[in-house]
Order: sequence, then C-alpha cells, then structure tokens
Amino acid sequence: MTSTVRDQLMPTPPSKPTTAHPLEPPPWTDEFGTELDRLRAEIVAGRGARDARYIHRVIAVQRGLEAGGRIALSVSLLPPAWLAGTAMLTTAKVLENMELGHNILHGQWDWMGDPAVHSTTWEWDFLTPADAWKHTHNHLHHTYTNVVGRDRDLGYTILRMSPEQPWRPVYLLQPLYAALLAPVFEWGIALYDLEADAVTAGRKSVRSLFGEIGRLFRKGVRQAAKDYVLFPLLAGPSALPCLLGNLTANVLRNVWAHTVIFCGHFPGDVRTFSEADIEGETRGQWYLRQIQGSADFEGGFLLHVLSGNLGHQIEHHVFPDLPSSRYAELAPRVRSLCAEYGVPYATGPLWRQYASMWGRVVRYAVPG
Amino acid sequence: MPAFSPHPPSPPWGLPGRVGRRLLSVLGTLTAPLTTPLSPDDYLGLVDPLLCARHPAGVVTAVRPETADAATLVIRPGLGWRGGHRAGQFLPVGVELDGVRHWRTYSLTSAADAPGREVTITVKADPRGKVSPHLVHRTPPGTLLRLGPAQGEFVLPAPGATPDRLLFVTAGSGVTPVMGMLRTLVRRPGPGPDVVLLHSAPAPDECLFHAELGHLAHEVPWLRLHLRYTRTAGRITGRDIDLLCPDWRSRETWACGPEGLLDVLREHGEAGRPRAERPAGEHPGGAEGPCVRRLHVERFRLAAPAALPSATPLGPVAANDGAGGRVRFARSGVEVESAASVPLLEAGERAGLPMPYGCRRGICFGCLVPLVSGRVRDLRTGEVRDGDGELIQTCVQSAAGPVVLDR
Repeated sequence: MTSTVRDQLMPTPPSKPTTAHPLEPPPWTDEFGTELDRLRAEIVAGRGARDARYIHRVIAVQRGLEAGGRIALSVSLLPPAWLAGTAMLTTAKVLENMELGHNILHGQWDWMGDPAVHSTTWEWDFLTPADAWKHTHNHLHHTYTNVVGRDRDLGYTILRMSPEQPWRPVYLLQPLYAALLAPVFEWGIALYDLEADAVTAGRKSVRSLFGEIGRLFRKGVRQAAKDYVLFPLLAGPSALPCLLGNLTANVLRNVWAHTVIFCGHFPGDVRTFSEADIEGETRGQWYLRQIQGSADFEGGFLLHVLSGNLGHQIEHHVFPDLPSSRYAELAPRVRSLCAEYGVPYATGPLWRQYASMWGRVVRYAVPG
Repeated sequence: MPAFSPHPPSPPWGLPGRVGRRLLSVLGTLTAPLTTPLSPDDYLGLVDPLLCARHPAGVVTAVRPETADAATLVIRPGLGWRGGHRAGQFLPVGVELDGVRHWRTYSLTSAADAPGREVTITVKADPRGKVSPHLVHRTPPGTLLRLGPAQGEFVLPAPGATPDRLLFVTAGSGVTPVMGMLRTLVRRPGPGPDVVLLHSAPAPDECLFHAELGHLAHEVPWLRLHLRYTRTAGRITGRDIDLLCPDWRSRETWACGPEGLLDVLREHGEAGRPRAERPAGEHPGGAEGPCVRRLHVERFRLAAPAALPSATPLGPVAANDGAGGRVRFARSGVEVESAASVPLLEAGERAGLPMPYGCRRGICFGCLVPLVSGRVRDLRTGEVRDGDGELIQTCVQSAAGPVVLDR
C-alpha cells in the first residue's frame, strides 16, 4: 500500500475520535454492502477440505503443546523444563482461547458439521462459560458494535471510551484499573458476562443471575483445581514450580488476550455510534458501522494465528462467521474496497494500535 | 438407500458419550479433572479416532460392489461405538466430503448377533445425491466414518417373540433392512419361521443381493422367495400379493420401499379383518394397515415425514422450491404452515414456542436448532438445501417444503 493511499485512507488521526451523529447514509451504501455480500458468498462457496485441515491442525498442535507443557512442568525443578513447559503451556492457552475458542464459539467452523468442532458443543479453557460469553459477545457486542449504551464491550461497563459516556470522578482511575485488568482478564470477562448491570436495569432476573453465578462458580472450581491443585500435586517435588508455571501461563495468556481485544476497538481512530444511528439500519449501513468501529493491526502469520486472526478485526466484524483462516486473504480485498469508496480503514503496527488505545484510555479518564 | 423411520434419527451429538470399554471409562473418569474443559477422550481421539467415545468412529475395511450402483461397506467400529444393533435397524454415518461432514442413515445388512465387531451397510448410489455416490464409488478401505448408535423400530423381534409366519414385501433398496433380518434368522438355531419374501427390482442385474437371495431360497427350507422384475413384469399389485401369498393378511408383515408399494399394502389390506391391537409405544406410525395382521413399514427418506397426512404429495421436496412449507416442531408436537419468506424462528414464535434466539440476523448463532428433516432456504442467499441432522440458524432459514425441527 503506497503512502498516498494510506494517507487518503487514514487522514491525520483525529485529535479525538469522531462520534457519529445521525447522518444520512452515503448514497452508495447499498452498493457497498452488495460488494461485501459478494465477497462473503465467494468465501462461503470456497470453504472446504483445506480449511478443515487447517483447524484440525491447530487443534492437534494446541493439544500437543498443552500435553507437552504439562509433562515438562511436572519435572520443572529443572529450570530448562520450567522454561520450556511454561512456554508451551502459554502458547497452548493462547491458541486455545484465540484461534480455537473465540472463533469456534462464533460458529466459524459450524459449516463442517462436525459435532466435535461446533459452536454449540465447544467449551474453552477460559473462566467464563461458553454459553454466557456467546450471549454477550456474539449477540450484544457483534450486533451493536461500538453503539454507546448498547455495546457493553465499549469500555466493558467500567471504562469511559467516548465523549458520549458521561464523565464520573471514578474514571480518573481508569488508566490504573485498565492496566490491573490485564493480568486477571479472564476474571474480569467472567464477572462482566454475568451482566449484573442488566439486573439493576431490570433486563434480567435475579434468579437467572444466580443460575449463572452457580455455573461460573462450578467452572471456576474445575479450572482452578486443574491448574493450581491437581497438576502441582502430580508434579510431586516439582509442585511449586509447576504451580508457578501454570500461573505464569494463565497471566501471560490474560495479558495477551487483553492486548489483542483492546486493540480491536479502542485505538484512537475507531468511531463510536449513537442509538439513533442504528435505527432501521440496513445491511450496508451495518457493514459500514462494523468497519468504522474496528481496527486491524499488522503482523506476520504467527502473530495472526496467536491472536486468533483478530489482527483482522475489521474483517472479523464484517464477516464474524467466516473461518478465521480466510481473514488474511480477505483483508487486502476489504481494504481496497474501502479505499474505492473512501471508507476509513484503521490499521497499523500492533505497537502503534496499542499506544493509541492507551492514549484513549487516558484521554477519557478526564472530562470532555 | 437411506430409510426414513417413524422415529427420525437424532443427530449423534447431544447423546451422552458411552465408553464401550470399562477400562477407558474408568481411565476417563480419573483423568477428566486434568483435561477440563475438554475430556480425556478429546486427546484419545487425536491419537486414534477409533478410541474416541464422544464421537464414535469406524473404519471401512472392505467395499464389495453389489450392483453397478450399489455397494456393501464393511465397517469395523471403534471402541467408542455403542455396540450392537437389532436386525432391521439403520446406522447413522458421518461422511466427510470436502471438509464438510454429512450425516446419513443406512440400513445395517449384517446379522444382528454375528460374532466379531464388524457390521455392514449396503448403499445404493442416488445419482442426484452427493453422499451415496461417494460411499459407493469413491470410498477406499481405510476411510474413517463417524458412527451414531443404531436406531429404528423396523426390527425383527427377539427369538422368543418372532411370529411363526412372516411376510416381507420390499422393493429396490428396501430389501436392505430385510437382508439384515434374513441373515439374522439364518443364524438362529433350530427351525426357522415360515418366511415369504416378495421383492421387486427393475431387472436381475439391478437386484441387490441377487445371488445370495437365490442361494438362500435354495438352501433354506423355511424361506419362499418371489422376485419380481418390474421393468418387464410391471409393479406388484394387491392381486399379485393375493396370488403369491394367499394368507398374507394373517402374517405379520414388514414392508419397505417407495410409498406406492406401501399404499398397495394398505389399500389392498381392507378385507374387513378386525384391527389388531398395537402395543403401546411400539412401532409408532407403523401399524397403519388396519386390516393386515400387523404391518411394519419403513419409508424412504425422500417421502414426507411420517406425521404428515398421507395425502401430502410425496417424492422429492425439491418440487416445492419457491414455496414455504409445513413446519413440525417434533418435541412439542406443534405444526404450522410457514411461508417461504418467514424465518423458522418466527414461525416457532408465532406458534407460541419458546425458541432460542440472539441477534436475529444471522450473526451470533444463538438460534441454532437441529433440523431433523426437510429442506430449508437461506434467506440471505436464497440457497435451498437438505440439511438433515444439521444445526441450522433459524433466524435466517425458512422452510422450503415440509420441515421437522427438533424443538
């Protein structure tokens, strides 16, 4: 991509993110939507054995790494075993959450008709139970992406990420608690998925909240027992290093997930929307909102696999149910389509998106 | 040829995985806390899919051609398959084609109590289908198939409960479940019951098991076989049945074939005999011939689902493209007419059913419901497809003909 085109795509990053006011949709919106529909149909028609092999290979690699990591950590009194075991387990947990869990739970692989790799049967190594997460993520977040007041993922109900959200003094602390959230991200997401705020708002019954707390608790006990009790006990003399290795893997996975996810929607040049914007929204308008409400980051194959291909966040939001292995080939095509229609397309190196995200967290900690 | 039973096959997922072998089961229980949220089985399955209990599999060990377009597949089920079947049952088989797993059911043709763990299914290639031609013509030994538990109530009774006089009326690949029953009867000790088989096939070289049937009829004193070649002799009529088997109304009868054949039996069985009592819960939809002593029927898959009135036009539902269809919610028993443009989710909600839902626009997959049978239309693309056993997004799929949902 030449710099001229890039400049045209991303005019000087706005000093503050523009939040849309109800605007007339551009006249070419439907045509733009049709182009994206066509792109989608093309990928759907081409899905096949190659894609199936890919996801089965990722599953095999992930389980192999997990088994290898657990074995190495069982003799982790030896420092090289600790290092190798922790590295393997961390990689396994990252793959499990990002390229497998997130994407399979999206239904990206349901087309294979394989009950073993299916959004309705999959459960992941992440605290929040798959069902609870599918509701808040697939339904609420992906449908109402970046709509202030509707998309709870916009700041996860604790961060102020746009001027439309009224300022409160507690937001002064948000850079601190956003940072503290990273290492315990899975706990944050699990509590967030309980939607306690929906109970106070009357959208959810206390009874169902208690049911979900019960399910979360049971899963939490199993998860914690595995990593912090059973495997250390089995490791005998290596119990303590094994426990520390498991803890390290969980924390690193949490920090990485936090990074990837925050870079998907919170860099500075990502737009937010008002509820008025989505009234009677057409498919074309929905596409436009998804593109402007997300940000990509650039990287090589490995970086993209380890981030569940969420570096292609824009493509993921436009086509959340297409296999993640296709986002890399979709990205340049979506991007050139955007260039053709003059739709801003936010992308950049991971470090820049990360810095930009933090800039926004700090900016909206203060009023205005 | 897939057969449609009064009990539509439930898709194999959702069934509790039962480890065939005790050792695996104990091992699984012991190690489960270490592999949570996966099961030890998920790791075993990676090492060898035949060990997997949650998703039982089998390996094809031989493929024997039967006719130009039919073959028998010999399958060695893995440890996880919930073993055993009754003669006449069918086997759900998951076949992977270009990355997509398709589920079909085929009648088991091996004897029910045969030693060893191999079973056979006999498949006739449907030129309009994609799975059956693949199984018949392009499946080398060594191919892995996912297996569901054997199902169906079109079965031969246990040795003590088998009646003395039986009649089998079959046509085309409808002979496959009956072949399993005959092979089972042959293996039973002692004198067999009095069995008449009236089988119709287009011509001798298109007759499944032609040689084996001839051989059986010759060797086994209790079997009378009448083969009818419809290309020259025409379809069998009620009068033919009267002539070939005068006491047919007093025989317990198993019939499997196209709807026309079953109609002949039903219509011609009206000789004013008292209606036989039907054991509660057994053969639902089966004993329909009020005047035949007990009639068990097995329909072909392409016929309309059993619960629909028999006046419903039968045959490939593709004829209904462009129209909606009747939607039956199998668990609740509710039936509604639904237009081609109405998502199945809405059809269910209008009928007052609690349907799972999410975004209502095909994004979140919160509305998935298993499609038992029928054809559905993707409202986003207009594409109409068969999806038996698949989970479908009800918010963007509408009925394209009669549809049965597991809801």
